[in-house]
Amino acid sequence: MTTLYPSIADSLVAILPELVILVTASTVLIADLYTRADQKESNHRLTLIGLIAALVAVGFVGGGAAATAFSESFVRDPMSDLLKGAILFVTLLTFVYAKDYMRDRDMWVGEYHVLILFAVLGMMIMVSANGFLTLYLGLELLSLCLYALVAFDRDSKAGSEAAMKYFVLGALGSGMLLYGISMLYGAAGGFAFADVAAAVSSRGVEDQILVFGMVFTLIGIAFKFGAVPFHMWVPDVYQGAPTPIVLFLSSAPKIAAFAMAARILIEALGGLQGDWGEILVILSVLSLAIGNVVAIAQQNIKRMLAYSTISHVGFLFLGLLAGTEQGYASAMFYSVVYALMSAGAFGVLLLISNKGLDVQELDDLKGLSDRDPWLAAVMALIMFSMAGVPPMVGFVAKLMVLEAVVAQGMVWLAVVAVAFSIIGAFYYLRVVKMIYFDKPVGDEGPVSTDSSARVAITINGAVILLLGIYPATLFSLCQQAFPG
Amino acid sequence: MLLEFPWLSLVIWLPILGGIAVIASGEHDVELTKRIALWVAGLTFAVSLPLWLGFDTSTAEMQFVERSSWIPALGIEYHLGIDGISMPLILLTTFITIFVIIAGWDVIRYRPSHYMAAFLIMEGIMVGVFSALDAILFYFFWEAMLIPMFIIIGVWGGPNRVYATIKFFLYTFFGSVFMLVALIYLYFQTGSFDILGFHAAQLGLTAQILIFIAFLLAFAVKVPMFPVHTWLPDAHVEAPTGGSVILAAIMLKIGGYGFLRFSLPITPDASAELDWLIIAMSLIAVIYIGLVALVQQDMKKLIAYSSIAHMGFVTLGFFIVFSIFQHSETAGAVMGIEGGMVQMISHGFISGALFLCVGVLYDRMHTREISAYGGVINSMPWFGAFMVFFGMANAGLPGTSGFVGEFMVILASFRADFWFAFLAATTLVLAAAFTLWLVKRVVFGEVKNEEVGQLKDLNRREALNLGVLAAATLAIGIWPKPLVDVMEPTIENLVQQIQVSKLPEPATAAIPPVAGLQP
Repeated sequence: MTTLYPSIADSLVAILPELVILVTASTVLIADLYTRADQKESNHRLTLIGLIAALVAVGFVGGGAAATAFSESFVRDPMSDLLKGAILFVTLLTFVYAKDYMRDRDMWVGEYHVLILFAVLGMMIMVSANGFLTLYLGLELLSLCLYALVAFDRDSKAGSEAAMKYFVLGALGSGMLLYGISMLYGAAGGFAFADVAAAVSSRGVEDQILVFGMVFTLIGIAFKFGAVPFHMWVPDVYQGAPTPIVLFLSSAPKIAAFAMAARILIEALGGLQGDWGEILVILSVLSLAIGNVVAIAQQNIKRMLAYSTISHVGFLFLGLLAGTEQGYASAMFYSVVYALMSAGAFGVLLLISNKGLDVQELDDLKGLSDRDPWLAAVMALIMFSMAGVPPMVGFVAKLMVLEAVVAQGMVWLAVVAVAFSIIGAFYYLRVVKMIYFDKPVGDEGPVSTDSSARVAITINGAVILLLGIYPATLFSLCQQAFPG
Repeated sequence: MLLEFPWLSLVIWLPILGGIAVIASGEHDVELTKRIALWVAGLTFAVSLPLWLGFDTSTAEMQFVERSSWIPALGIEYHLGIDGISMPLILLTTFITIFVIIAGWDVIRYRPSHYMAAFLIMEGIMVGVFSALDAILFYFFWEAMLIPMFIIIGVWGGPNRVYATIKFFLYTFFGSVFMLVALIYLYFQTGSFDILGFHAAQLGLTAQILIFIAFLLAFAVKVPMFPVHTWLPDAHVEAPTGGSVILAAIMLKIGGYGFLRFSLPITPDASAELDWLIIAMSLIAVIYIGLVALVQQDMKKLIAYSSIAHMGFVTLGFFIVFSIFQHSETAGAVMGIEGGMVQMISHGFISGALFLCVGVLYDRMHTREISAYGGVINSMPWFGAFMVFFGMANAGLPGTSGFVGEFMVILASFRADFWFAFLAATTLVLAAAFTLWLVKRVVFGEVKNEEVGQLKDLNRREALNLGVLAAATLAIGIWPKPLVDVMEPTIENLVQQIQVSKLPEPATAAIPPVAGLQP
């Protein structure tokens, strides 16, 4: 049962991880003013320390039953604990991978750290939102930081164009979401998810405004996920933004987006599952189809991974639309696993980029196994994982989702999903093929990376493999989030 | 003690961990690396022997069972066990891998440690496929098998290797994902992923047919059956010798094993309904592919097509049983399936040996074109002798293992339908034609050119490889009884199982009457 943090002091304890990130972000912002240009290493260190401290704080305040704070606008429950932990971990990886790349391109400035930290703060608020207002605040904090980050390389035309596109479409998506929220507010008379859930259970589909509100919030969610047909921004942003930003954008926010979907669709609108489930079927099948098929035609690896993201979103939606605790847990598992795989894939792209080479095209990966066997092996592992080949975790994630779908008697949907994953296997294999079977195009020579990034990518790859062999622990954590 | 020790886990994980150790040993000391690989392979074979020595041939129960929880939330277990069908195939796997390691000894110059490691890991995974009794564990190994093979063909293969390996991967992946959906569906019918539990599940005919088709896609691609066989010639031609050997000797058998472990016992009614389809596909494989083999210019391609034709015999033997049931017989049905199994084991030795023979020639001449050879026996008398022997075995000469399986299947076919037997028996002519003609063109005749005249005969390693395989082929050909004894209880049990309709009451009228078939 939900317990309340009675006093402000208790409420502050509940948001300790958020406070840590806020303090870190503010500290970096100010400290950056007083550090010389050649001493920016300190920003990096501060950020990492802050993230690790926040991880510890999550562990410290986490565990146990759900508890609300700040007049029930904020909730800390098993789902928020796990998702916050995953977000912080993935962000930590992001900073470690991106260090050399950003430094070589003179983008390793304080604002970069500050913006990402604020984005993380926004995500954590989203994850812990207990009402539409809190959720929307978190979402906008995240989105505004991301718009700025996409345009971070201000001399890049592609980056500016991508940011513009992202901003316009993102604002449209936020507008849709807000419109839907306003309808739900009007129908339910409150912002808290519990108020809306109460209205749904008493009036249900009879109330047209509730259903309309559901449709618009769902569109907002689909926009943030990048599900077809609301996916147009994804490929352009992935291609145009600097790779470290794409690395961040493609991993942690997907976890936050899952949290948003879970909070709105399950907690608030759970009673309308029959209605949003049907919409998700369409979104999911379209995402699987367009994502997998169009990815084949891509020559730019970032663009290819963008379409791959879209197809993974389709798979994730399958878990949600099953409408069971098992399905929600599998979707949650999928979101965490996808964030790890995506971080690893872009991480490898970052590590093999150097001053002269900014990996953009698929051809840049040719002969990677000659240049660096270790990174090549990690990348191959991630590609097999994304394709859903055991023993990698990508397979287990897909298996769980399929199991949830088949449990609901939707065997045809499972068949559609695996049929498209065959198509997907082709372009992932093509990457492996280029890494292992082709000869390098240029003469880049061996890859030089600092050891911390190498350790991080090794951990990332090992996690993907080990979670595939032993997924039980993480999955039971996901199940605790949806006790049913 | 012997039975309680987790031998199966050891046979699975020893080569996988050994393979990782081989990679870790690096390329600094190649000799040492190869030694480690050979030791691991030899040791794995040694620890697989208790599976045979401790095997109880009087029961159809699963033996050497290991069972522990793995992913409890999804009902997935780490559940291993073997019966008379899987045990011979596991021994075949551990046995053949040794020769693959030896065959790559001097030939592989590019990253030999990775090459050896890939085969060792592959070995562990294949044993896993044969011993898994949990459907998801089975699928885990089944799919994981693709990765090392993909790398083996793609890295150490011939000029067109990339095309071949991607085709191989996508074909097999295509086949297997639908099986995954079927397995998940079965999970919800039975409440667990236990394969033996699947065997007992009651299923409606429509469900059975859909599941049967999903299984068929997976196994037919792997066997491979006509018309989804086209990946095999490409994969074989481009694969390095070791890869071809593993493909032909073991990986194809996994498809046949799948039919026995999944299709027949889980969907017996659908198998009975659709047996005409499998029989037709098998007979087309035997005859049409046999004719295709006849016109090949490339030795490896010829043997690849010959493999498809021989595997057609295997599937024929498995699915002929339903026609035999209609004549109220079970002995013939047992013989058909046993014949298919013997054929699988025997084909493992013979095709493996033939690919090794081609490898021997290729290493010397770097061409697989039949027309580049002629009169090899003049410079390589020992090699010529082996090649003739294995050619004869491939053609099904009595006294070799090739004869036993074919004979049993043809005999069983007679009990089903004269025309099945007649068409199947054409293989005796066709296989003789394409194999002996190959041997004639390559081994005999005038010395084709100077290069052929200066070929060196087998070295010790090659002679050892071919010699041991020849002994095995002869042993099973002359005295197949130990092999048959091992399989018999399991196959009898299987035949009884598939005679019982699994349709829920009341039975649908579309099923052939089963009442008269009880022994």
